[in-house]
Amino acid sequence: MKKWNEYLWIFSAVYLTLGFFNILFAWIGLICMLTPLLLSIVGKGKIYCNSYCGRGQLFEFLGGRLKLSANRNIPAFIRSKWFRYGFLTFFMTMFGVMVFSTYLVFNGTNNLQEVVTLLWTIQLPWNWTNTAAVSPWVAQFAFGFYSVMLTSTILGLLTMFLFKPRSWCVYCPMGTMTQGISMLKYRGKVK
Amino acid sequence: MKKAKVNQTECVACGVCKKACPRQAITIFHGIYADVNEDFCIGCKKCQKVCPASVIKVIQKEAAL
Ligand code: SF4
Ligand code: SF4
Ligand code: SF4
Repeated sequence: MKKWNEYLWIFSAVYLTLGFFNILFAWIGLICMLTPLLLSIVGKGKIYCNSYCGRGQLFEFLGGRLKLSANRNIPAFIRSKWFRYGFLTFFMTMFGVMVFSTYLVFNGTNNLQEVVTLLWTIQLPWNWTNTAAVSPWVAQFAFGFYSVMLTSTILGLLTMFLFKPRSWCVYCPMGTMTQGISMLKYRGKVK
Repeated sequence: MKKAKVNQTECVACGVCKKACPRQAITIFHGIYADVNEDFCIGCKKCQKVCPASVIKVIQKEAAL
């Protein structure tokens, strides 16, 4: 019997699809950012990555079960601390920029931009959702957050095709952060 | 005897190896790195095949006296 948490990849797939139809669903993705952080802060290590991350399972499913991965070894630089923490820094900087543009919409400096930005550069017009029901900043954050989720999915798929199914997990900012938090917490215990 | 060995300074603690191990020989030490219990490991290489960081390898170990 499979356990419930082995089906979380479906949650990830549904999440990405829902956001496509209505951008406001993007907010749900905050769960995938806050849960791993909270769990590692309370001392559960990388239990989120190890057992509950739908995205990791999705790559495992596509790359492993559906054999969409070349299964090559990842280049050593990607697993280096420099690259992983560098990517984390870059990712969090861009995340901060996104939160700031949400703030600019919140305080009325900017108008709502209905675009999804891929790989921090490619802007896709994304205006089929009626977001009039919510404050513009709520919609703006949804666009920004969905951009982050889609961008990381694209990078993850790319490295899944080229290397092993869960190559994304080597440089995933959430994974790097939860490992970093665990290291700080259990510094003394490392053998 | 062949046993799995982890390069623990480069392991990302993703737990993919742990899932793949048929002998439950692997634990993730406090979210920091994978740890192999050599008493359980049978050297099947399943962990080595799936490790996305390529930091777990099955190597020849001297048999314990
Ligand atoms: S490293 Fe990232 S994608 Fe992989 S299991 Fe952890 S949170 Fe999920
Ligand atoms: S699969 Fe590789 S990187 Fe992930 S925990 Fe195991 S040894 Fe570490
Ligand atoms: S070689 Fe096989 S038995 Fe040993 S740790 Fe790896 S998967 Fe488990």
